[in-house]
Amino acid sequence: MRINQHPILTFDRGREINFTFNGQPMKGYEGETIAAALHAAGVKVLAKSPEKHRPRGFYCAIGNCASCQMTVDGEPNVRTCITLLREGMKVETQEGKGRIE
Amino acid sequence: MKEVELLIIGSGPAGLCAAVSAAESGAKVLVLERGFRPGGQLIKQTHMFFGSESQYASHRGVDIAGILLKKVEEYGDRIEIMLNSTAVGFYEDNVVTVLKDEKEYFKIKAQSVICATGAFEKSLAFPNNDLPGIYGAGAVQTLMNVYGIRPGNRVLMVGAGNIGVIVSYQLIQAGIEVVAVLDAAPRIGAYLVHASKLARMGVPILTSHTVKEAIGTDCLEAAIVCEVDDKFRPIPGTEKRYDVDVMCISVGLSPLNELLAMRGAEMKYVGQLSGQVPMRTESCETSIPGIFVAGDASGIEEASSAMAEGYLAGLCAAAKLGHVPADFEQRRLDYLSQLDNLRSGPVGERIRAGMKISQL
Repeated sequence: MRINQHPILTFDRGREINFTFNGQPMKGYEGETIAAALHAAGVKVLAKSPEKHRPRGFYCAIGNCASCQMTVDGEPNVRTCITLLREGMKVETQEGKGRIE
Repeated sequence: MKEVELLIIGSGPAGLCAAVSAAESGAKVLVLERGFRPGGQLIKQTHMFFGSESQYASHRGVDIAGILLKKVEEYGDRIEIMLNSTAVGFYEDNVVTVLKDEKEYFKIKAQSVICATGAFEKSLAFPNNDLPGIYGAGAVQTLMNVYGIRPGNRVLMVGAGNIGVIVSYQLIQAGIEVVAVLDAAPRIGAYLVHASKLARMGVPILTSHTVKEAIGTDCLEAAIVCEVDDKFRPIPGTEKRYDVDVMCISVGLSPLNELLAMRGAEMKYVGQLSGQVPMRTESCETSIPGIFVAGDASGIEEASSAMAEGYLAGLCAAAKLGHVPADFEQRRLDYLSQLDNLRSGPVGERIRAGMKISQL
């Protein structure tokens, strides 16, 4: 899902970052947001809505709409579209409002 | 409590220009940015801007961000940009509360404030509009132009305004198929030079069409579109199905200016400016002396106008703080005439009407 050739832009990807998504090992790049790296890996469903448990993806990518909130390193409601990947992050699909451990 | 002379909230085109302009006059500026990099939405814009040289016409948005940040650097002793810092409250005594890195929470007291908080993409109501795969067109632009990631394989673009057609073109540049662009209006809203590019590439632009519903279980799999009549009512029997994994919603933006409302600035709903906006003087000052607004937060326009407004607001806010350059009035009139030019002609008619209604 990555664009490698582009007529205008060049993408200088940073060093590889290892993280997990629901326990599975994943790779992304430094300088990428969590939602971007997941999308590149084909993961579009980031959360389930609180009442009807409908799948949620990102919508605005500027941290405004709350559609991309996931549980990261045990902390719920992290806006993954504006949060940068860090080595060893544990990213999990969030059910509803999430739970504070 | 941190005390600052001029606080600018937002580091998009309006905020950065305001910072440069105010610092040039001699003001000390702190810019708050909620994201992890400055530049706002300029950084994802790969198309060349229109307008005149003063608004960096013929440059790509992403390069304009670079130019503005270089200017900010020139005034490095007077401009500080604080990243990952969200202004969450704005109180009567000009205290702004800030959440930094989602951890630190503190107060900043400012003598003057410019709110340059930008805008937010609107959504569109239809069954299953919440399926993953349905994104704001700007969000898709971020994913593909900033991160170099394909949003999917086949895209339906909803909205034939400038953002809709420009992002469609950029999707094709990135090697992604755009099956159609549709718009409920009977005419294409975008500049025809952009729309023609798409038409030449064989992308159908369907006017008087809307989305009837999205189909999919976990993610978007298809979209059913239909024609609408002159009162925007769906016409039965005109349904078409597009098998797409991405739908981009590009039906306009809403100004983000809750902080000004919280501070008590006089607000008004102005349809021509796409939402609730603060009343303001021609020099961008709100109903509260010393509190200014610039860019999309004051009404939806283009980045070019946001920059001109930013320069104007920065100049006037600094002057009010006692930093009056010798050529103040000349520059003020210059920015006003730039804005007049950007809002001239039939395209600017709505904006001109909106400006009149929101003028103090």
